[in-house]
Amino acid sequence: MKLTLRVWRQKNADADGAMSTYQVDGISSDMSFLEMLDTLNEELILKGEDPVAFDHDCREGICGACSLVINGDAHGPERTTTCQLHMRSFQDGDTIDIEPWRASAFPVVKDLVVDRSAFDRIIQAGGYITAPTGAAPEAHATPVPKPDADLAFEHAECIGCGACVAACPNGAAMLFTSAKVNHLNVLPQGAPERETRVLDMVGQMDAEGFGGCTLTGECATACPKGIPLVSITSMNKEWLRATRKVAKK
Amino acid sequence: MTTYADYTTGEPVADTKAPAGPVNERWDTRRFEAKLVNPANRRGKTVIVVGTGLAGGSAGATLAEQGYHVVQFCYQDSPRRAHSIAAQGGINAAKNYRNDGDSIHRLFYDTVKGGDFRSRESNVHRLAQISVEIIDQCVAQGVPFAREYGGLLDTRSFGGVQVSRTFYARGQTGQQLLLGAYQALSRQIAAGTIEMHARTEMLDLIVVDGRARGIVARDLITGKIDTYYADAVVLASGGYGNVFYLSTNAMNSNATAVWRAHRRGAYFANPCFTQIHPTCIPRTGEHQSKLTLMSESLRNDGRIWVPKAKGDDRPANKIPEDERDYYLERIYPSFGNLVPRDIASRAAKNVCDEGRGVGPGGQGVYLDFADAIKRMGRKAVEAKYGNLFDMYQRITDEDPYEVPMRIYPAVHYTMGGLWVDYDLQTTVPGLFAIGEANFSDHGANRLGASALMQGLADGYFVLPATINDYLARNPLGDDVDDDHPVVQEVLAETEDRLNLLLSVDGDRTPDSFHRELGELMWEFCGMARTDSGLRKALERIPQIREEFWRRIKVPGTGEEFNQSLEKANRIVDYLELAELMCLDALHRAESCGGHFREESQTPDGEAARKDDEFGYAAAWEFTGTGEAPTLHKEDLVFEYVHPTQRSYA
Amino acid sequence: MVPVTSCDMALATRTDRRPSMARTVWDSTVGKKTVMAVSGLVMLLYLVAHMIGNLKIYFGVEEFNHYAHWLRTIGEPFMHYEWTLWLIRVVLVVAVVAHAVSAYQLSRRDIKARPSKYVHKKARSSYATRTMRWGGIILGLFIVWHILDLTTGTVHSGGFETGKPYQNVVDTFSTWYGNVIYIVAMLALGLHIRHGFWSAAQTLGAGSRTRDRALKTTANVLALLLTIGFVAVPVGVMTGVVS
Repeated sequence: MKLTLRVWRQKNADADGAMSTYQVDGISSDMSFLEMLDTLNEELILKGEDPVAFDHDCREGICGACSLVINGDAHGPERTTTCQLHMRSFQDGDTIDIEPWRASAFPVVKDLVVDRSAFDRIIQAGGYITAPTGAAPEAHATPVPKPDADLAFEHAECIGCGACVAACPNGAAMLFTSAKVNHLNVLPQGAPERETRVLDMVGQMDAEGFGGCTLTGECATACPKGIPLVSITSMNKEWLRATRKVAKK
Repeated sequence: MTTYADYTTGEPVADTKAPAGPVNERWDTRRFEAKLVNPANRRGKTVIVVGTGLAGGSAGATLAEQGYHVVQFCYQDSPRRAHSIAAQGGINAAKNYRNDGDSIHRLFYDTVKGGDFRSRESNVHRLAQISVEIIDQCVAQGVPFAREYGGLLDTRSFGGVQVSRTFYARGQTGQQLLLGAYQALSRQIAAGTIEMHARTEMLDLIVVDGRARGIVARDLITGKIDTYYADAVVLASGGYGNVFYLSTNAMNSNATAVWRAHRRGAYFANPCFTQIHPTCIPRTGEHQSKLTLMSESLRNDGRIWVPKAKGDDRPANKIPEDERDYYLERIYPSFGNLVPRDIASRAAKNVCDEGRGVGPGGQGVYLDFADAIKRMGRKAVEAKYGNLFDMYQRITDEDPYEVPMRIYPAVHYTMGGLWVDYDLQTTVPGLFAIGEANFSDHGANRLGASALMQGLADGYFVLPATINDYLARNPLGDDVDDDHPVVQEVLAETEDRLNLLLSVDGDRTPDSFHRELGELMWEFCGMARTDSGLRKALERIPQIREEFWRRIKVPGTGEEFNQSLEKANRIVDYLELAELMCLDALHRAESCGGHFREESQTPDGEAARKDDEFGYAAAWEFTGTGEAPTLHKEDLVFEYVHPTQRSYA
Repeated sequence: MVPVTSCDMALATRTDRRPSMARTVWDSTVGKKTVMAVSGLVMLLYLVAHMIGNLKIYFGVEEFNHYAHWLRTIGEPFMHYEWTLWLIRVVLVVAVVAHAVSAYQLSRRDIKARPSKYVHKKARSSYATRTMRWGGIILGLFIVWHILDLTTGTVHSGGFETGKPYQNVVDTFSTWYGNVIYIVAMLALGLHIRHGFWSAAQTLGAGSRTRDRALKTTANVLALLLTIGFVAVPVGVMTGVVS
């Protein structure tokens, strides 16, 4: 395959960026999208040009590092991560636009690499269960109904890639935050910190400069792990419950 | 150009920390004998932890909970992305919830035997003991393990083990356990007890007066090289499978931390022990950047075969039954498709070497579910393996319900690593290694679902108990800072190395060297190794290294985000480590676990161990670049599990 | 604050002192959305009553004018003349202001959170979702015109007479621009309710996987009924059924 790539190039966080056009040839349809970019980078290096910087690591769709907006879609046309997207999803002669996640809470580091540390700070604000090592009771002491365990798991699948923020017209992090809130709040182990968790995490989410939710559903459509939009509804419910409960105290 | 033509044998090395006495009491005894640090004094002690995977994440969180000041590093943009996240299958624990005869002793026994009698009994027994606590800890953290309808934890049997002791969270157990550790870590970061440096890579170790005192690390965004000092340094930087270029490791997983520590005095043990996983998706061409594992559980129902005739390029469905060779079932009638990983991998290599491999380049064998679909129905197969089939289809564009899957072995895990004693301390006082970075628990072969167990055992329970002893016995002053001559020297070396990489301005990319090294290692130090092949590799690696320093091209500067520079710097270390791996493989003229020497096999082609000659762990000491390393043997004593030759026929 | 020892330190990660409930709500994006949801539902409730009342126009001058008069006498003798109506008006003004201020603040925040657009643009989400902001502005302007037209009579087209609502309405819809403004606004209203009602349910945590279809259907039906109900009045005037 022969392709035309239009790639966002930006030297660093402070520099202005722009789209640059490149031609790549000899692309196999079995290549992953990132392997296609590897091919481009090998050529750029040999030409003495700066290769395109992009985040990637496990390349099996689980670490959440890869983060490209491809032709306007976070992670591209298939519902998966960029690393699991293959070139057979494109046609010979296509022009492909590649851009970084765009949100003011995710500043560009270089080219297609953005800083997602805001997500870490949301988790630090309360996305955990206080269970110091060694203090744990026997695992079977508290049975967890299977539907609850399954629901928790479904939300725990979030890989923290940030596609939800990238896809959201408001740059909101509601789906990410709700996934963690629901994962922990649905479990009996998470109950003691149920209210503080949701209040603190939502507070941090706002403090990071993410936008608000207008329920466009773009996040859930882009999510490579299929975290459902209703996850946000559940978090809203938790949040309202927590405001009432905490106010009473 | 000097090469490692040979090695010298030094004094034996011994683990002096494991107490004597019955194996099941040793851990209690050690914990009691270990000195403690007064809680009020812990805040003043700094511990550096490199890596945030299962081992590093859990260690950092636990040490911080204990009151130490932890300074932690990861090269990823977030501690949540460490490669532990990609582990699929599960985590073993001797809970015996199934009442199926499991026990701590059985897990201990299975692990020692599975490791082909090249691990230390004390360590393995401790691992089995702690396995039980790990599950409790993870459940308390909110890890959503699979559960039964009664609300209790579900388990499954894994990797041909006869008991059902593997806890799992669908096919994402590693992810869920890592997120648990990451959450605990996050809590401490918020509490200010952990100073977290993401996107920061350790480039060297600072050893002053024989003790580990800190590290040199590079901020990957700004390129700034900085020094960090501590009372102790913990390496949790994972394995070195990426020496092979193609492996199931993450693209950026690397050996720099352990290799630099080795160069500064830490012995490297059993570097040749690498695990090749039999069920990976085969490579499709030159462009391949990494390999993807398919869960081993597929072998429970899939049948492995290749055409009987060489070069039979008919589509799988057009090859009649009597022209297929179900070679595992034929050679190992009692275990069939469920033989251990190393055996399944080698058998696949053999049939492909015979020219009977399938798919592009003939590097693959069929894993066929036609019979399973006939027997169980498509629905049942879908329920059991649906997500794996989907993953396979996404990558290969082939429908495994209609045509057999193609699989091929791939490098997956490295059992070797920094030599550590029972306290997980390396030969450099104050330097500890945990998780895949050390060599301690898996011997020559790791059992399925045991990597997660070891990482968490080391991080949550072992290290936090043993590091106290070192810190309590070795109070350190504030005598080391950037002006210290040793630090100056280490800093200068690091900067020189990076500057050299940038200044060569040759005509080959970092990847091209990495690929070349990987292919060489795969051919000569992969699934089957020979004396002559290893010698060839040992001759070739220094040549590649020499060419590397002549022809490498790294664009950009060191004062910016420069992924090519990161890559090239890691390859520098692979090019040295690869040589030690080959040397270790050459010197160990026996077959054991993941290390198969063609010269050492039974008449029916099975691995033949030579316990009298090689019943030791090989700990290598670095003596200088290009100098012959020194081998220190640690004799392995088996008091409880007596060595037997494995047989699966 | 009590100084913590090194050991306690590790466990003391949660903040205990919290701002008041009102503060929490108003400072949070989720809280402001709640304000929008509640105020939106209040307005929706009013609109349902308003629409039903409007339809009385089909039953003649007398009935319609009587209904309009009754609105001023609700609650008598307990309430004084027009007290209830003013109470409703106050509630509505509060709702409109709260809705608009929240929307304005949230929108500014949203725009700031995504300052640079993607070069590769794509049409996304449903029409109703995308038009919430513009639709809201149109509705805001409409309300002003509507009050000036039919409550105060300031911009009324004919000779506005207090106490003769039937005639006033007929006058308004006898002009082309009266019809255009009104019908455009009602279509915007339909779209606004279609996404707004479902959205409010999500914000208030009332949505769930099993209830999603029912909520979406309710939103669509409500939007459709209100639009048809309101548009029926100008249509009635235009077709001469109401004159």
